[in-house]
Amino acid sequence: MSHKIKTVEGITKESTQEMIDKSLSVYPEKGRKKRAPHLAPNDQSSGSACVKSNKKTVPGVMSARGCAYAGAKGVVWGPIRDMVHVSHGPVGCGWYSWGTRRNLVTGTTGVDKFDMQFTSDFQEKDIVYGGDKKLAVLLREAKELFPLAKGISVLSECPVGLIGDDINSVAKASSKELDIPIIPCNCEGFRGVSQSLGHHISNDTIRDYIIGTREFAEPSSPYDIALIGEYNIGGDAWSTKPLLEECGFNVKAVWTGDGEMEKIAATHTVKLNVIHCYRSMNYMCKVMEEKYGIPWIELNFFGPTKIKQSLRKLAELFDDSIKEKVEAVIAKYDPQMQAVIEQYRPRLEGKKVMLYVGGLRPRHTINAYEDLGMTCVGSGYEFAHGDDYDRTAPEMPDATVVYDDISELEFENFAEELKPDLIGSGIKEKYLFQKMGIPFRQMHSWDYSGPYHGYLGFPTFARDIDMAINSPTWELVKSPF
Amino acid sequence: MRQIAIYGKGGIGKSTTTQNTVAGLAYLGKKVMIVGCDPKADSTRLILHAKAQSTVMDLVRERGTVEDLELEDVLKVGYGDTKCVESGGPEPGVGCAGRGVITAINFLEENGAYTDDLDFVFYDVLGDVVCGGFAMPIREGKAEEIYIVCSGEMMAMYAANNIAKGILKYASSGKVRLAGLICNARKTDKEYELVSALAEKLSTQMIHFVPRDNQVQRAEMRRMTVIEYSPEHPQAQEYRTLAEKILNNKMLVVPTPLEMEELEDLLMEFGIMEAEDESVVGVAEKAA
Repeated sequence: MSHKIKTVEGITKESTQEMIDKSLSVYPEKGRKKRAPHLAPNDQSSGSACVKSNKKTVPGVMSARGCAYAGAKGVVWGPIRDMVHVSHGPVGCGWYSWGTRRNLVTGTTGVDKFDMQFTSDFQEKDIVYGGDKKLAVLLREAKELFPLAKGISVLSECPVGLIGDDINSVAKASSKELDIPIIPCNCEGFRGVSQSLGHHISNDTIRDYIIGTREFAEPSSPYDIALIGEYNIGGDAWSTKPLLEECGFNVKAVWTGDGEMEKIAATHTVKLNVIHCYRSMNYMCKVMEEKYGIPWIELNFFGPTKIKQSLRKLAELFDDSIKEKVEAVIAKYDPQMQAVIEQYRPRLEGKKVMLYVGGLRPRHTINAYEDLGMTCVGSGYEFAHGDDYDRTAPEMPDATVVYDDISELEFENFAEELKPDLIGSGIKEKYLFQKMGIPFRQMHSWDYSGPYHGYLGFPTFARDIDMAINSPTWELVKSPF
Repeated sequence: MRQIAIYGKGGIGKSTTTQNTVAGLAYLGKKVMIVGCDPKADSTRLILHAKAQSTVMDLVRERGTVEDLELEDVLKVGYGDTKCVESGGPEPGVGCAGRGVITAINFLEENGAYTDDLDFVFYDVLGDVVCGGFAMPIREGKAEEIYIVCSGEMMAMYAANNIAKGILKYASSGKVRLAGLICNARKTDKEYELVSALAEKLSTQMIHFVPRDNQVQRAEMRRMTVIEYSPEHPQAQEYRTLAEKILNNKMLVVPTPLEMEELEDLLMEFGIMEAEDESVVGVAEKAA
């Protein structure tokens, strides 16, 4: 797909580089040398990454990154609702990763969802004598208390790896004893450079312990697909899944938003995997492709333009009946989306947005802003890899700044320079920018709102963006900075 | 109060030497506390005549947290009014024994085990300094004097040199010093000369050569030190001499550990090791 070269008035490669250099100049030499390759002006036509990524954070800078455990617990495992997820180690990691991601779930607590905090709550003695015996007791108790749970994941916190607790052998023995899948995940927080490794380890664990262990009860059809890397943030999956069903597909499993263990385990029998968050789940798509011959396709359900493109791209892989349905769906929603654009675009036209999110949205949401007449003047990721930045280049206007694992200082400087009308990032950045008088939306959690995916999500997205930018509050507060 | 840590290769006789030496000091009227820093918890059995003392970590495990422990639960008094504590810890292969040492020593400090009337505190530390926990006894404010128990065997000397390297690291940032090698004789060839030579190379001294004597084993079978079991025996006199030497020792040095090659040269010089023949390295017996 060829992209028209987009430009932003007043932004050139030189002006962007100058802004970057200015920010780098305050660092000591060693830090400057390390940070420099992570900041660059976009080269839209190249279609390849302009920055280095997935490297260790420079000590001393304020980074927004998480850890491998966060990637495993918060992202991949946490949303699977019918499993008990055990944070194995001291209580803090489990407590602070409890329900904070807004991956919504259906069901009844204790029956078919287990959205509680389970932890082995390590004490001094568990460090010294090992937590393996305590884990075995905990697993037994979990099974007794919640006999309907479909499985248990054991997610290692740092100390477990340090003292060498053998959770794998406990899981194996307990799984046999309790007759329930128990999945050990060696996702100690100190491993890797960010939460990204936690995603990878979790994918590998799904590969080793879950995939292929169940079959779907109903007979298969040519339209069986799975929705991968959809975490149901603010109810996103409740928008995308019905949309795909309206297009004639059987969405057999969602990974892992509002997820069900047994459906995930049977996903090896679908005809196609539709992946949304490439960064966190491309690994399993590739595994299922190699092992079971299931093709996969990357789609984007943010904003009407991308939704339309995505649905058509998807229809291309299927027969005419699907193509017809997809066209009917597009025809049905297009006027609705047009009405949303007509309502909000005049209020948002020409507004500038800067993004800094996890591993997907810094590129996937750009076009949704553009649908509303806005321009992205800077974007970057906490934990993306080179292939993510490759995919980012064509989406961003040429010469705008791309930043990887941006530090608070760089972000603040760039915002001062670029004067965006909106910043979309996380809770750690929110108050800094609001104090600077810049409207802000939390784009990890949809800021207590959502869904933003699909046709159902776009009106909410447009309303929220308008509300943030055009709130009369900004007329009343004056930033002292 | 002088705080002393005893290190050395596993099985070299650290606990036996420590307890006999401590008995010697007690015999000389000194007040001593022994802190066993080894999950095997056999650092105090000869002083207490006990099979195994209940350890700090065992009681922590039993009662839940360190806060539930009282000092008198873990501090026992044995021969010559010697106070005894064992840190304890897990069986091999699980958990973190090093953390157990840290927890135990912190507990002793917080609960006032280091009383002013003590002349000496001895830390009897597990074979190798495998992690930070086993270096706890030589951290700031703890033992400043270290004795390494060794013998004329090659591996014991390797271990002694490695421990000296560890001490060097701590000595450069703190007050910890090497105070001497204690040769616990194994009756190897030229043992006295070899250990003396190693001591010299490390810039320290062989503070005492403890000859091998089965009287030590006979006393151990009764869970006693030689000094208590047979105070008139010559071996008891050896330990009293060692105790006296330690009492009067002023030679505290920053060690100068040897490079591997230097150490091997030394061993070759004494005929412990043969010159390396590169042509036989990695060649199986059959193939040769």
